Order: sequence, then structure tokens, then C-alpha cells
Amino acid sequence: MEAAIAAQGLRKRFGSFDAVQGIDLTVKRGEVLGFLGPHGAGKSTTMRMITGFLAPTAGGVRICDTDMLSEPLKAKAHMGYLPEGAPCYPDMTVAEFLGFIGAVRGFDGPERARRVEAAVERTNLHGVFHQPIETLSKGFKRRVGLAQAILHDPPVLIMDEPTDGLDPNQKHQVRELIRTMAKNKAIVLSTHILEEVEAVCTRAVIINRGTIVFDGTPQALDAKAPASIARNRLDHVFRTLTTADTESRR
Amino acid sequence: MSRLAPIVRREFSAYFNTPLAAVFLVMFLFLTGIFTFNVGQLYERGQADLRPFFDFNPWLFLFLAPAISMRLWAEERRIGTIELVTTLPISIRDLVVGKWLAAWAFACVALVLTLPIWLTVEYLGEPDRGAILGGYVGSALMAGAFLAIGSALSAVTKNQVVAFVLCAVVCFLLLMAGYPVVLDFLGGWASPGVAEAVASVSLLTHFEPMERGVIDLRDVLFFAAVVAAFLWLNILLIEWKKAD
Repeated sequence: MEAAIAAQGLRKRFGSFDAVQGIDLTVKRGEVLGFLGPHGAGKSTTMRMITGFLAPTAGGVRICDTDMLSEPLKAKAHMGYLPEGAPCYPDMTVAEFLGFIGAVRGFDGPERARRVEAAVERTNLHGVFHQPIETLSKGFKRRVGLAQAILHDPPVLIMDEPTDGLDPNQKHQVRELIRTMAKNKAIVLSTHILEEVEAVCTRAVIINRGTIVFDGTPQALDAKAPASIARNRLDHVFRTLTTADTESRR
Repeated sequence: MSRLAPIVRREFSAYFNTPLAAVFLVMFLFLTGIFTFNVGQLYERGQADLRPFFDFNPWLFLFLAPAISMRLWAEERRIGTIELVTTLPISIRDLVVGKWLAAWAFACVALVLTLPIWLTVEYLGEPDRGAILGGYVGSALMAGAFLAIGSALSAVTKNQVVAFVLCAVVCFLLLMAGYPVVLDFLGGWASPGVAEAVASVSLLTHFEPMERGVIDLRDVLFFAAVVAAFLWLNILLIEWKKAD
């Protein structure tokens, strides 16, 4: 089976700054890929190129065997995306907003109602269904963003910091949701919480200064830490891989 | 497949979700009343027509249109939803056209709410209905052109106030280009060709015949061309600068 996400040679240059310098990434269905890196490493830029929001300076992206650059609408139909900060229209109620997303995704009548209901069910939004989004707490807003991304049950799900700013209970809920969807989807989530990678991901990719510095299982990542370190082992590996002095030694 | 309908519906209902648009609508109608009856002296003129109404109409749209169009893209940029809508399976062309249609529909609502003025002159006398209808068509086209300009300019900023001012300035210049003051000034030193060219890009030059009830296809095409050009510019601005 063709990889659900196939990014090849992705590069992005902003003026004279090379934000992303050649990233190759393939993700198959059933994989949950944790995308790690320090602030400014190029995580969001890479995700924005994969989702078709930014055009890459070089390289290409295929989503479910559809080329993002030549057939963007078809590629985007296969994909659910939660942008950083989960932006939603504050003046709409949850019901109106999800109905709007459903309509743009091409669902009508009872099918749309069924899709909205299923997404609301999965993200526990029943209690606020008829409330304007601007009146919701951060946790609820994040869940509205998630509901929007999974409304069409996409084979590819891309989430930029899905648990950022949530309390521990809300984080747990989101991770549970990701685990239940993981079986038949290719999921990419960016985070800078390392425990999240151990909790939900089957694969970890660390990028630093626009290039991939690690790609493997969370266990392999853990194994890179010296045996003498007992606590915060992942933090140690992360620091070793992404701090500047390692860069100069390589 | 075109998915305009949900965009138009969302954008149109967004005008009624916040009081801002309603406030502008009420101000527009209130000022329309003042300019038509007090300043334009509709009664005192003793003529059953809507000339005072249509003479001031473009100037009132000069502030209503930017108020309607300022949020179209600036707000998407400010709250970050531009990243959401442009990664949905819908083309930027559909987004731009859908938003403009919603804004235009709102402007047409404003025009429809001025119909009591028409009824007033119908009650008082026998007005030239062709001229009035032409005036309304002209006003609607003028509003459409202003809104296309406003939509494109709202795509360059995150700030709605900046979008408002930019749109008002550009629309003001396009209106003024047809005024005798400007043309006389140009006529003093520029060659007649220049003055003519300036006059021909003025929205007013193409509005005035309609006010008299003359709907010339060339004038309609002019407004359609302005709308098409600015919506096209709008699409390019979003495609080039959507992440900025």
C-alpha cells in the first residue's frame, strides 16, 4: 500500500533564512508520528507544507497518492488538520461551525448531521454544542478544532500541538482520542512534551534547524540515553540532539 | 465542484452575529434619510424623483462598503482561521468570490431597506420608474465594485481599521476622478486625453447615466471589470501572502 503521507526533499526558505532544509518523511496508516524539535526548528513550517498551506521552495508532498501541488483540493479532502492554536470562528456556535465545515467538505442533509454528531460524540462537545465558540474555555476550543479535523474521518490527520495549553485531564482525553483513531489512520502530531511521545506515538522524529536528526521508535530514542541516567532520559537525548554544541561537533 | 454556498451562508450570517454591521446599517439608513430629505431637499424641490437620494448614495457607500468589507480577510488573518479555510478542500477562488458575494448581498439588503423613499415619491407623484430602477442598479453595481476593492485590500492586513481606511481612500480617489473639480483642474494643464482617461476610470462617470435611467452595457461591463480585476488581485494576494 502506498504511504498515506509521502514528503520528499521538502525545503522552505524565507528570504535568506532556510527554515526547512530537505526533509523526507513517509508515514503509513497505523502510525502515530510524534514530531519534535525546539521552537523555531521548522516543525510548523514542515506541517504547513504537508497540509498545503505553504508552498515548498523545493520538494513535493503526496497525500494518499495524490500530489498536493498539482491536485490540492483532492489531496486536502483526504486530510484533517488542526492548525497551531486551533483557530475557529469565534462568532459561530459549535453546531454552526461544525455544520459549516461539513458543508465545505461536501456533506449534505442527514449525512452532515450524522458526521457532526459522530465528531461531537468523540470529542465530548455535547454540553457546549449550542454555545458560541468565543465563550468556550481553551480546552473546549481545542476539542472543537479536533472535531473539525476528524469530521470527515480522514485517513490522514495532522495536528500542530494538539495538547498545548490543556490541563492534565484534557491532555489525557486528547491522547485517548488519538489512540482510538490510530489503527487505520496516519497521524502526525507536533509537540514539545516528550512524555507525549512515549504515551501515544509509535514513532518519533526530531528536527533541529530544519533537518531531521532522529527518526525511530520512542524506545530507540530512549536507548540513546546513557544507562547511568535514570530520570528524564528523553529530555537528555533531546538536548543532546538539538543543542548547538552538538551541531559544531558533527 | 464549486462549494460557494456554505461560504456565502457563513459570511452573510457573520454580519448578523455581531452588532457592528447592524450599527453601520442603521447609520447608513439614517444618513440616507438626512441627505435625501434635509440636505437634498426632496420635498422642497417639488419633483417626484430620487435624484437627491442617488446623488448622495455613492458617498454614503464610501463609508458603508469599507465597513462591510474590512473584516472579510483581515479577520481571518488576525484569528488565524486563514490557515484553517485554506487547508479545506475549497479553492481560494471560491473563498474570495463567496466572501464578496456575501458582502454584496449585505449591501443589497441596505439598498432594499431604502425602498420606502421610493414609495414616498410614488405616493407624492408620478416618478420616472425607469430612472429609479436604473439608479438602484447603478447603486448596487457601485457597491459591488467598492466591496471588491475593500475585499482585496482587507487581504493585505490583519488590522480591520487599516483595511477600512485603505478601502475608503481608494474608493474616494476613484469617485473623485469623475468630479468636475478634478477634471477642471486637470483640464487646466494636462492634455485633454489625460483628463478623459482619468474621467473614464471614475466610478461616478459610469454611475451617472444609470441615475438618469440609461443602463448602458458598457457601464455595466465597466463595473463588472472592476469587480473581476479586484477579486483577481484578492486571489493573488491570498495565494502569495497567506502565511504572512
